[in-house]
Amino acid sequence: MNQILLAAITIVIGVVGCLAYFWLSNMLLDRMFPPRGSNAAHNLRVSGRIRPWLFLAPAIFFLGVYLVYPVFGSLWLAVSRGGDFIGMDNFIWMVNDPKFRESLLNNLLWLIFVPTMATLIGLIAAQLTDSIKWGAIAKSLIFMPMAISFVGAAVIWKFIYEFRAEGLAQIGLLNAFVTSLGFEPRAWLTLPVWNTFFLMIIMVWMQAGFAMVLLSAALRGIPDETIEAAILDGASPWQVFWRVQVPQIWGTIAVVWTTITIMVLKIFDIVFAITNGQWGTQVLANMMYDWSFRAGDFNRGAAIAIVIMIAVLPIMIWNIRNASRERD
Amino acid sequence: MDNIAGKRGRLTWVLNIAVFLLVLLWTIPTIGLLVSSFRDAQQIQTSGWWTSLTPQKESWAARTATPGSAAQDGGAYVLEGNVFGDDAGEVVAFGVTPMQPEAFAAGETADHPDGGTLTVAADGSYRLTSPEPFATPDVVVGDTAGGAEPRGLRIFVTSTEPPDFTTGNYGTVLTADGMGQSFLNTLTVSIPATVIPILVAAYAAYALAWMSFPGRALLVSAVVGLLVVPLQLSLIPLLQLHNNIGLGRGYIGAWLAHTGFGLPLAIYLLRNYMVGLPREVIESARVDGATDFEIFRKIILPLSLPALAAFGIFQFLWTWNDLLVAKVFLGTSDTQMVMTGRIVELLGSRGTNWELLTAAAFISMIVPLIVFFLLQKYFVRGLLAGSVKGG
Repeated sequence: MNQILLAAITIVIGVVGCLAYFWLSNMLLDRMFPPRGSNAAHNLRVSGRIRPWLFLAPAIFFLGVYLVYPVFGSLWLAVSRGGDFIGMDNFIWMVNDPKFRESLLNNLLWLIFVPTMATLIGLIAAQLTDSIKWGAIAKSLIFMPMAISFVGAAVIWKFIYEFRAEGLAQIGLLNAFVTSLGFEPRAWLTLPVWNTFFLMIIMVWMQAGFAMVLLSAALRGIPDETIEAAILDGASPWQVFWRVQVPQIWGTIAVVWTTITIMVLKIFDIVFAITNGQWGTQVLANMMYDWSFRAGDFNRGAAIAIVIMIAVLPIMIWNIRNASRERD
Repeated sequence: MDNIAGKRGRLTWVLNIAVFLLVLLWTIPTIGLLVSSFRDAQQIQTSGWWTSLTPQKESWAARTATPGSAAQDGGAYVLEGNVFGDDAGEVVAFGVTPMQPEAFAAGETADHPDGGTLTVAADGSYRLTSPEPFATPDVVVGDTAGGAEPRGLRIFVTSTEPPDFTTGNYGTVLTADGMGQSFLNTLTVSIPATVIPILVAAYAAYALAWMSFPGRALLVSAVVGLLVVPLQLSLIPLLQLHNNIGLGRGYIGAWLAHTGFGLPLAIYLLRNYMVGLPREVIESARVDGATDFEIFRKIILPLSLPALAAFGIFQFLWTWNDLLVAKVFLGTSDTQMVMTGRIVELLGSRGTNWELLTAAAFISMIVPLIVFFLLQKYFVRGLLAGSVKGG
């Protein structure tokens, strides 16, 4: 109970502190440059120039300390050891490390499979649910895994993949299904390459709902005339969907795709909780965690983090360009 | 015309069935978890959860009354009783060796390897006879581990038992396995980590949306860029920083970290929303002599409530479900371990106790699911507005 009290006090201190900061700093500014009297015009100009920064200061502090500084901190860690500059040694080690190559390859698999499957299933689910009566309920059920933690999902699916020796009753859904078809049960999570797919399915399960919600909103935004015109021209529902509707929502598809891609690049919890990178399932983020916090080698850990950052960079640039184009 | 109507009817059917299958596929994993979390530990181990409503077949070894209590009937020694003791159950089969617990159907009479016969009826009553006095401790399999207390002989039975549901799994994980404490810990992490960034971001978003100053466009671009900076990059430098300034590992560090990591999305979402607020309202307030501070507090903040709610839900789910930040910035003591961390530990130490794992997982999911289903509208709105962020 003590810590709940601590949390409550923190909220109060945090909120009151924030409010006090904004209120006091604004009041101080108004005192220093009163917006009335002989110098009112000049004062207004000066305080108008300063005030935005008062509003921004806490945010800039947090962004600077918690996101910008660490980028440079990690860069330095990656090219140093014990505080001394060592150049690219960590990266050379990395390239020669079989586990790293395995991680890179697996991340690539994740990058190809998960966004593709999640977007495709989301697209189909969006179109199907939009054309039936109980679509809203169906949507929220397909969307639900989004609210679950990766760790919770890991438990759910590890149970599905559970393996019992042949002859025993299978308690995992997958092996029960496989044996009912007359095949041997398998310990799926220890079967290389297959196991990565079984981990990826979890992510698809969690992200398809997200894709569905976004794509469904986009599909509904398509002007009806284009669809009606296509139907009048004799297009089949299939053609209308793929040739008329989908081309009009490429923008949203790209957003969904990149969002899931970024998530997949950082995929950690699922692998950490289920296989911890054993049996050929290692990925970059888990390897980074292993080296940094299990092996205690911050420099190699940082080098791996840099690789993830480099992979995110193109998407970051693309986002920034898109956002500034929208503003203009 | 009939033909077209029929076709459409069939198409509607196909659509409904397709969606139904999809929904089934998507919900079955979670249903399996929920059902399993209420099942008896023994039954989870011996049958799939999808059979949990049917009587459960189970093979086990029962013990007879002690050999000393054998009655003499004619020339034979007889042991009688019921394998279920005082409980109810139904024997479907039995056997005389542990390898073959289903060798004989209930009610049949089996020849015992040691001479004599064994009968087990469907209601569990057994009758074991022997031409010789029963040896102590055990004639059935030669169990030589008998202690001071004389024990009964073993009978191998396969019985069906009624489905056994219990809330005991939840009691066990909440207390013995520490999920109750972890629930509090998770709550402790996520509430301040949700509330504080909202305030910080709201002011910044207002400045970026409605105040003009040099460098504004650059700052907005920076926020968009920071949206996707991978968490992994921040962990080590920040942990070192926290250690260097004496913060170490603990709740304060976790709150600060979550605040920092959540801010780009918060600012991005809120700014996008605030930009869309009607310009006339704000301009007329300015003309009336309201300061920026007043405009923000009295006009912008109330009007932005939907966006604040959207981000709040997002951040709450994110901090509640987080594993990585908690593992790095919190300690591992009992009073700091969050639920996700605890479940990962349970996966290691109790990997086959599915009744506990499923209960623990469901405890961690219940709050997000409630939030999700109650506030889905806002959540979806937030998603639609902030889909640049990668979690």
